[in-house]
Amino acid sequence: MNAREKILTKLRQQVLPVPPLPGPDGPWITYADRAAQFSAALATVGGQAVRVASQAEALSHLAQLPVMAKAKRVASFLPDVDRANVDLNLVTDPHTLEDVDVTLVQGQFGVAENAAVWIQENSAPLRASLFICQHLVILLPERDLIDNMHQAYERIGRFGPGFGVFVSGPSKTADIEQSLVIGAHGARSATLYLLQNDR
Amino acid sequence: MSHPSAQPHSAGHPAAADAFVANEPRAHWHDKALWFIREKRDRAAASLPEWETLRDRAAQIKAHTIANLPHYLEEFEANAQRMGVKVHWAADAKEHNKIVLGILQQHNAKKVVKSKSMLTEECHLNPFLEQHGIEVVDTDLGERIVQLREEPPSHIVLPAIHLKKQDVGDTFATHLGTTPGADDPQYLTEAARGHLREKFVAADVGITGVNFAVAETGGIVVCTNEGNADLGVALPSVHIACMGIEKLLPRAADLAVFVRLLARSATGQPITTYTSHFHGPRPGCELHIVMVDNGRSDIRASDDFRRSLNCIRCGACMNTCPVYRRSGGHSYGSTVPGPIGSILSPAMEPEKHKSLPFACSLCGSCTDVCPVKIDLHHQLLTFRRELALKNLIPLSKRVSMKLLSFVLSRTWLFAVGGKVMRWVMPKLPRFMVYNRMNAWGKQRELPPMPPQSFRELYAIRKHMVNKPNGEASSHSTKGAA
Repeated sequence: MNAREKILTKLRQQVLPVPPLPGPDGPWITYADRAAQFSAALATVGGQAVRVASQAEALSHLAQLPVMAKAKRVASFLPDVDRANVDLNLVTDPHTLEDVDVTLVQGQFGVAENAAVWIQENSAPLRASLFICQHLVILLPERDLIDNMHQAYERIGRFGPGFGVFVSGPSKTADIEQSLVIGAHGARSATLYLLQNDR
Repeated sequence: MSHPSAQPHSAGHPAAADAFVANEPRAHWHDKALWFIREKRDRAAASLPEWETLRDRAAQIKAHTIANLPHYLEEFEANAQRMGVKVHWAADAKEHNKIVLGILQQHNAKKVVKSKSMLTEECHLNPFLEQHGIEVVDTDLGERIVQLREEPPSHIVLPAIHLKKQDVGDTFATHLGTTPGADDPQYLTEAARGHLREKFVAADVGITGVNFAVAETGGIVVCTNEGNADLGVALPSVHIACMGIEKLLPRAADLAVFVRLLARSATGQPITTYTSHFHGPRPGCELHIVMVDNGRSDIRASDDFRRSLNCIRCGACMNTCPVYRRSGGHSYGSTVPGPIGSILSPAMEPEKHKSLPFACSLCGSCTDVCPVKIDLHHQLLTFRRELALKNLIPLSKRVSMKLLSFVLSRTWLFAVGGKVMRWVMPKLPRFMVYNRMNAWGKQRELPPMPPQSFRELYAIRKHMVNKPNGEASSHSTKGAA
């Protein structure tokens, strides 16, 4: 008998009463001002939310940031970013993204309770770029903010093949004597632009 | 490089804890560091009015899933395979290690980066792969620190919580060439970042653990703060994910409940920085999922201990445990320390871990914080009975238990014994009270002997209440019980 049969047979021989599976609804938290809650939560996890009118305003704000001024390689999954100089369509080996300074990406939606932004592979075809860059910049229309994780999974709906990730703030660690250090392996900073308009 | 796997200490937890508590300032510091995390957890839990509903929900979902486990395992397998995942089954640690090695050899892989996985620790995968000439680098910062020091992790979420920054500075000076004496966490983390980047870029295969596996979608979820799991599997073309068979959840919607509980319970964060959902391999790449039993099906068979399979490895029970905080993770000699480890480890190997169910004061704090409502302290008590039935209780405990039960079941003997002790004890020379026989008195002073027993005081009080002008004052009996 192979391991699969062995395990399944053993488990099936243990006949247990099966309690019911609870439904998804519950008294889950909601917020009067999702943008304020989201921004506050992001600040506690070491990120920064900036409220702007449009993508154009976000990009001009970004250009003023020191990380952008110093950036040599900029990868963008958004259209119309003049500073972008890494053609992601040409990247076949993710190792070549090793020296990317800034990655710009569109978030699908943000969760107010924990400042998590959902990013799916269809907007970031090479997922390495999300983790290997030195600084991550996310753009998110404010109307795509939801309250809690229950709404989040409802919104994602049926998972198909691919990769999706909730990102909440920059990479961090507190493994050395509980001192919080931002920038463990992934992005050293996470800047989030909340757009009043969709673009 | 291999750290000696967590070996049980021959004399068990009390003897191993001796070494830890000998350094009193450090033991106090450790206690405080963990209590600080417990407080952060409390604040995070209090921020959600529905916290208790979430705990109930999580316990219900887990109870249903574990009862229906064979069904969900097959559903998960079929859905994962449909997306091109290669699913493997391993009955025990040995089979698990062989499967992983087989995949590595098939790809001629020599360099592996691994994110935190308690299952691979439990199976002692690292030393096994190293014996076969494969370099395994633990990429979680805390795990890398203890790996360089050739130690096992002392905590499942905070592997290097027993170390001070000076210790890490010394380790990095030796292995990573940092400035000797430098102990700034920012500087040390930066050095590790550079060192591990090289390992990430050079890796042939990435290994991760699994936080949750979803039967209905065939997907797996991995949570980290550092991003090491994602970086580890985003570059190489082969990803191996190792999971215990109890990690399943029926539906994607169930993830909401567990993701909300996990990080808040573990470190007090609202969510980990990265919560990654893998459904099938990257195009042109391979994703292998190894599902491991290794004793879990035996635990499932037990009505008393089944609920311990609810565990999501958040570590909250350790952070709050007065014994863990004051004795350190290494004193348990098991991969998972603390209250939950004191159930899981002896459930798998009773002889080896027989001292662990006694490393508990039965205070019940672990049960109060457990996000999936495992009745930890009840199980620990039940386990003591189990060990007694298996005749695995040390002679000293067996004899004293027999003696105690003899005395306690004879009222007159208890009363006379108490009277004699109250009279004799204050007159005894110190060495006769504080010696090897009195483990309790090792670091504590016995309270002064009260002049009267509770029974005597109660009789007097009753007598006074019955008298017409009796001034029964309740505070006269205070503290005498």
